[in-house]
Amino acid sequence: MKKRSLLFPLLVIITGFIFVARLFFLQVVHHDSNEISLSGSAIKRIYTYPERGFVYDRNGKLLVANEQTYDVKVIPNEVKAFDTIEFCNLLKIDKNYLTTKLDRARNYSPWLPSVFLSQLSKEDYAYLQEKIHKYKGFSIQRKSLRKYPHKSAANVLGYINEVNEQLARKNPYYEQGELVGTQGIEKEYEDILRGTKGVSYKLRNRLNKVIGPYKEGIYDTLPQPGKDLSLTIDLDLQAYGELLMSNKRGGIVAIEPSTGEILALVTAPSYDPNLMVGRERSKNSVMLFNDTINKPMFDRGLQSTYAPGSPFKLVEGLIGLQENVITPNTGFYCHHGYRYGYKANNFMGCHCGITGRPIDLRLGIAKSCNSYFSNVYKLLLEKYDSSQESLTHWANHLQSFGLGDYLGYDLPIGAKGFIPSSEYYDKIYPRKTWRYSTTISNAIGQGEILTTPIQLANMIAAIANRGFYFTPHILKKINGNPIKIEKYTTKKHTTIDAKNFEPIINGMSDVYKSGTAKHVQIKDIEICGKTGTVENFIRKNGVKYQVADHSIFVAFAPKDNPKIALAIFVENGGFGSTIAAPIASLMIEKYLKGTTSLTWWGQNSQSLIEKSLEAEYKKQLSIQTLEKSQN
Amino acid sequence: MNIYAASSSENHQELLDFSTRYGKQIIWMGFSVVISIFLLFIESSFYEKFAAYIYLACMILLAGLFLAGKNINGATSWYAIGSFSIQPTEFAKTGTVLALARLLNERQFSFKPFVNKVKTFVIIMVPAVLITLQPDPGSALVYVSFILLFYREGLHSNILIIGTLAIVLFVTTLVFGYLYVIAGACVTTAIILWYISKVRKKILRFVWPKIIGVLTIVSGYIYSVYFLFHYVFQQRHRDRFNILLGLSDDTSDIGYNTYQSIKTIASGGFWGKGYLQGDRTQGKFVPEQDTDYIFSTIGEEWGFWGSALVVILFMAFILRILYLAEKQKSKFSRIYGYGVACVFFFHVLINVAMVIGLFPTIGIPLPFFSYGGSSLWGFTMLLFIFIKLDAAKKYEL
Repeated sequence: MKKRSLLFPLLVIITGFIFVARLFFLQVVHHDSNEISLSGSAIKRIYTYPERGFVYDRNGKLLVANEQTYDVKVIPNEVKAFDTIEFCNLLKIDKNYLTTKLDRARNYSPWLPSVFLSQLSKEDYAYLQEKIHKYKGFSIQRKSLRKYPHKSAANVLGYINEVNEQLARKNPYYEQGELVGTQGIEKEYEDILRGTKGVSYKLRNRLNKVIGPYKEGIYDTLPQPGKDLSLTIDLDLQAYGELLMSNKRGGIVAIEPSTGEILALVTAPSYDPNLMVGRERSKNSVMLFNDTINKPMFDRGLQSTYAPGSPFKLVEGLIGLQENVITPNTGFYCHHGYRYGYKANNFMGCHCGITGRPIDLRLGIAKSCNSYFSNVYKLLLEKYDSSQESLTHWANHLQSFGLGDYLGYDLPIGAKGFIPSSEYYDKIYPRKTWRYSTTISNAIGQGEILTTPIQLANMIAAIANRGFYFTPHILKKINGNPIKIEKYTTKKHTTIDAKNFEPIINGMSDVYKSGTAKHVQIKDIEICGKTGTVENFIRKNGVKYQVADHSIFVAFAPKDNPKIALAIFVENGGFGSTIAAPIASLMIEKYLKGTTSLTWWGQNSQSLIEKSLEAEYKKQLSIQTLEKSQN
Repeated sequence: MNIYAASSSENHQELLDFSTRYGKQIIWMGFSVVISIFLLFIESSFYEKFAAYIYLACMILLAGLFLAGKNINGATSWYAIGSFSIQPTEFAKTGTVLALARLLNERQFSFKPFVNKVKTFVIIMVPAVLITLQPDPGSALVYVSFILLFYREGLHSNILIIGTLAIVLFVTTLVFGYLYVIAGACVTTAIILWYISKVRKKILRFVWPKIIGVLTIVSGYIYSVYFLFHYVFQQRHRDRFNILLGLSDDTSDIGYNTYQSIKTIASGGFWGKGYLQGDRTQGKFVPEQDTDYIFSTIGEEWGFWGSALVVILFMAFILRILYLAEKQKSKFSRIYGYGVACVFFFHVLINVAMVIGLFPTIGIPLPFFSYGGSSLWGFTMLLFIFIKLDAAKKYEL
C-alpha cells in the first residue's frame, strides 16, 4: 500500500519539473528570437523614409538624383459618400477604374491603406492636394523615385527593387514592398545610400487597429538621411566609351594605375537607366531581362570571360625574364610559325613575317611573334623537374597579377576567369604525360586561359606601375569626404621584379611606333599598347563554325607616369588593330586631352561610332537557330 | 492552508487585469468566502452521510441542462440566473468525488469483484457522458484522472500500464503512421523476449500463442487508432492533434490559439514585462485570455520567475493535499482528499500543458485563476470540504 501512494506525488513532481523546464526553454532560451515576431504583430511600426543619397562622378557631375512622385492611397472603411464625378475628373480616371480599385482595396483589407493610384504627376498632385480633404479615406503619400540625368553607366549604377519576401525574412531591417538596391552601386553601397528609416511604434489590437503610442514613444527614432556618393567614374569618358561601342558588343575598362580607380566601365549593349524607374518599369525590366540575344543586363566588362589572346604575351615575357629562362636579348628564329611535334598539324602559325634573323623580346612583343613566346613557354615548362612543378610556378606568377580569381572590386557582380593549374591538366591527362607541347596554346593566351576585361585592365595597370597594382574600385568619396579603405590603398605587388618591366614596356611602346597600332598614334602622347586577335568558334553538336575573331586591345599612357590603363574587348570585331586599337587611342586622347582628333586609314571617330557589327551578330544567330531547327 | 492563500492572493492580483470582468469576479469571490465559511460550519459526518444525495443532485442538475440550459459558445452548459450564469459541471466534480469516497469506503471494498468495478465505472461515467453530450469533452476528460485514485486504492497496476501504453501507442501512431508503429511493437517485443531469455536466463515455454495474440491485439489497436483518427474524428479534432504533434504548421486558423499563447509566453522573458504591461495581453491577441488561457497572461507579465512560481505553488499545493490525505484516519477522508488532488492535478496539468503547447487545445479552466464564478465556487467547495474533513480528524483525536 505504501508503494502505491508514491506514484501520484511522483507524477506531480515530474509534471512540475517538465512545466518549469518548458517555461525556461520558451521564456529564457527562446526569448530573443521571439522579440521580433512579437513586435511584428502586437506593435505597429510606422516608418519615415529618408531620401536616398545622390551619386556623382569623379568630377562632381550628377549621375543619380531623386524625383518626388505621389501615390493616392485609400482606406476603404473610412471612405464616405463623395462626388465621384468630380473625383474622377480630378484624377483623370473613369468610374469603372474607381469601383474596381475600391473593391480590390476592400478585398485586401478594409482597415489598411492600399494604393489607389500610383505616381501622380506634379500637376495632378497640385490640383488634388487642395481638394483631397473633401474625400474621406483617401490620402496622398509622397514617394521618392530614382532619376538619371544621363543615360550612361547603367551597369555601374544598377537599380533598386521592391523588397521581396525572402529578403524581408533574411534581413529584419526590411519589410516587404520597401525599396532596396539590387544591382550595381545601389546594391553595393545600399547601407550608405539608403540612410536609416525612422520608426514610431504604435500599439494595436488584434484587429490591427492602432490603440495608442507604445510606451509613450520612448523607442521612436528619427530617420537618418542617406549619404551621397562620388564615384571614380569619369562621366565624359564613360559616355564617350559607350558611344564608341554603339552597335557593337563588348566592354571597355579603364583604370587609373596610380590609385586603382576605375575611370570607365563600359559594357555594350547597355540600357537607359531611366527604363528601370516609374510606371513602365516592370514592362521594361521584362524586356531587358528577356533579351537573351543582346543581354543588356549582362556586364561584359566584369562578367564575360574571354581568352586574352596576344596581350597575354606581355606577362608570358615577364615570367620568362623573372624565371631567368630568357634575357631581353635572347633571340629565337621564326619560320612562319613554331613546330612543337613531328606530326603535320603540330605547328603553330605566325604572322610576324620576320624570317632569317633572330627575334628578341622587344621585337617579339612589337610584332606579336607566336614563335617567340612558344619558345619561352617551352623553356618555362621545362625549367623544373616536372611539367607540374613548372606550371605551378607559371600559374603563381599569373595569379599575382589578379588573374584567375575575383579582383575584390566594389561591385556586386563578376567572374573569376580561369588560369589552369597542374591539377587541372592531371585530371584531363590521367597518366600525367602532359608537357609544354600539350598546352602550347597557353603561350599565346588562347588555351584554357580565360580573363575578364577588368582583369586585363588591372594587369595592364600593374605593368604600367612596373610591378604592383591597387585593387580596382569605383567609390571615391562619401558625402564629399575621400574614402579611406585599407583594401583600396595598399599596394599589391606582383611576383615580377621592377627591372624586368622595361623591355616589355619598350616593346609595348614599339607597338605604337612601328607595330600593329602604328596607325593610331597620338601626337604628344607616348602610348604603350598591345593588340590581340582571338579566334573563336561556335560549337554545335561537335560541328565547329569559325566566326569573326574577337578584337582586343590593351594599353596605358603616358609611358612614364601613366594616367590611364585600359582593356578593350570587341566581340567579333576582327583584328585587334582595326576596331579595338582605335577605340583605345580615342579613349586615351579623350581622357588626357579632353577632345579627340585622331584619324587613321581615312577613318575618324565618327565612322567608328557608326561602324556596326550587327550583320556579323545576325549571321551567328542564324547559325545557332539553324542548328536548333535541325535538331 | 496557507498555500491556498498564496494561490488565491495571486489570483486576486491577476484579476485586476480585467477591469470589465473584474467586478463580477470580486462578487463571485465574496460569495465563495461565504460558501467556504458555510461549509466549514457543517458537521463533517454530513458529507459522508449525504454523499450519495449530493451526487444525485449534481446529476439531476447536469441532466436538467438539456431542458433548461443556456447555450454559450456552442455548449449547453449553463443555467442563466439574471446576468449571472452557473455551470453545474463544476459542482459535479465535487459530487462525484464524494460519491466515490462513499463507495470505496464501504467495508471490505475491493476492486477484485467485477460488480465493484462496474459500480465505480458507473459513478464516473454518468457525469462524464452527460458532460460530453453538452458537448464539453474537455471537462469530461477530468474524470479520467480518478484512475490515479483507484490505483492508490488497490486497482491492479496492469490497468494503469495498459492505459499508459494505449496513450503512447496512440500518439506514436499519429506521428509515424501505423505500419511503422506495428513494426516497432514487434521489434520491441522481440527485444524484451531476448532480454528475458538470454540476459535473465529464464526459459520461455509455450508463450508463443500468447505473444502473438497480444501482438495481434496491439496491432489491431494501432490500426483502429489510425482508422478512428482518419475516418471517425472530425477535421477539427484532427487539426488540433496535427498542430500539436508538429505534423502541420498553422498559425492563422486552427493553430492560432496555441501559436499566439506560446508567443505571448515567450515574449515575457525572464522577468516579464511587468504587471499590466503585457502588450499582447492589452492587444487581446490570445483568445480566452482571461479564462482558459490566463496562464499566458501570467507568462507575459510576470515572466519566467512568475509563471514558474505559479507552477511550483500549484504542485506544492497538490502535494500538500496528498500529504494530508495520506494522514487521514478515516478512509472516507483519505479517498476524498485523493480525489480532490486528482481533480486539481488534472486541471493544472491539462490547462498549463495546453497553454505552453504540450497538449492539444482542450477547454478547461486553471483552478482559482481563470475567470468564472462556477469554477471558483466548484473548486472552493471541493477544497473546503476537504479542509473541514481534515479539521474534523483533529477533533477526533
